[in-house]
Amino acid sequence: MYTTDMYEGITAETVAITGANGDMIHAYYARPLGPGPYPAMVLAHHMPGWDEWYREAAFRFANHGYVTIMPNLYFRAGHGTPEDVAAKVRADGGLPDDQAVGDLTGSMKYLRALPNINGKIGIFGTCSGGRHAYLTACRVDGFDAIVDCWGGGVVMPPDSLDEKRPVAPIDYTKDLPCPILGIFGNDDSHPTPEQVNEHEEALKKHNKNYEFHRYDGAGHGFFYYIYKAYRQEQATDGWEKVWSFLEKNLG
Amino acid sequence: MCTMIVEKIKIEGSGKGKSGWFKLEGANVSYDHPFNAPYEHALNIDFVNESKGPSARVAVELSEDAARELIKTITAVLDRAKEGGHLESQRVKV
Repeated sequence: MYTTDMYEGITAETVAITGANGDMIHAYYARPLGPGPYPAMVLAHHMPGWDEWYREAAFRFANHGYVTIMPNLYFRAGHGTPEDVAAKVRADGGLPDDQAVGDLTGSMKYLRALPNINGKIGIFGTCSGGRHAYLTACRVDGFDAIVDCWGGGVVMPPDSLDEKRPVAPIDYTKDLPCPILGIFGNDDSHPTPEQVNEHEEALKKHNKNYEFHRYDGAGHGFFYYIYKAYRQEQATDGWEKVWSFLEKNLG
Repeated sequence: MCTMIVEKIKIEGSGKGKSGWFKLEGANVSYDHPFNAPYEHALNIDFVNESKGPSARVAVELSEDAARELIKTITAVLDRAKEGGHLESQRVKV
């Protein structure tokens, strides 16, 4: 916990990492100043892209003592404002799952190679990033905790599967190797409360270590202070749940 | 991306973006998360020229009611233009 007599500092910058298929992509890298060792986090940004809210989230994780990296999952769509780039990805029907998993895996490997981490790495994502975080944690060895905030499309009806998203993330649940924290709004439509229940049942069925929190009066994206969806009380409690969960599992 | 409901069409015309007017080559119509409109999902139209990169974009994010009213209005205006014999003149390149 921070107290006012502590020295603190972080540094944050753009770096290049190796993503899916060996591609070079950009990542935002934020870390506490000091020798460590620190726990580490990979952030999977949301549908609106590699935007200011997510860069601030990276600062926030670094400020809480996590070496943090956030790949630009939309790197291959070209460059412009985060909104313009995200609009192009939206028009193209979103990201291929394998590509997102590959980029997030590359981010985890970048962290693993650092000398100042304590060996524990978590992954955090919201919206489509929650879904990508879940897919990655299930499919790839190397994560010690996952935070899924309102990941839409973890539960997918068979007729919504396609070339880019051939397998519903929930079908990988048996392979999840680490504890999961889920944060959801009960007014959300992606995922619906029923889909959250279905996800929870799958975790129970496979004896996974999970912690789900559902908030009344909150819908999709209720952490985002930049949107009307923001719910201060629920978001504050949700962030406290995030820090507590990560400290327990990565600290 | 949460709904993944999107259609892409080719169009002709001009759009005014951050750097002024540019030639439009397509319109991407989605019902998905907007960036600014205060809805979880909106009817989004991006008028674009992909050959000029992601920034060549004119965006609107509409409520369902607004989108349906816009469709009716565009159709009504085109019908009036047709009745008035104006549509042929639009085909003249200037």
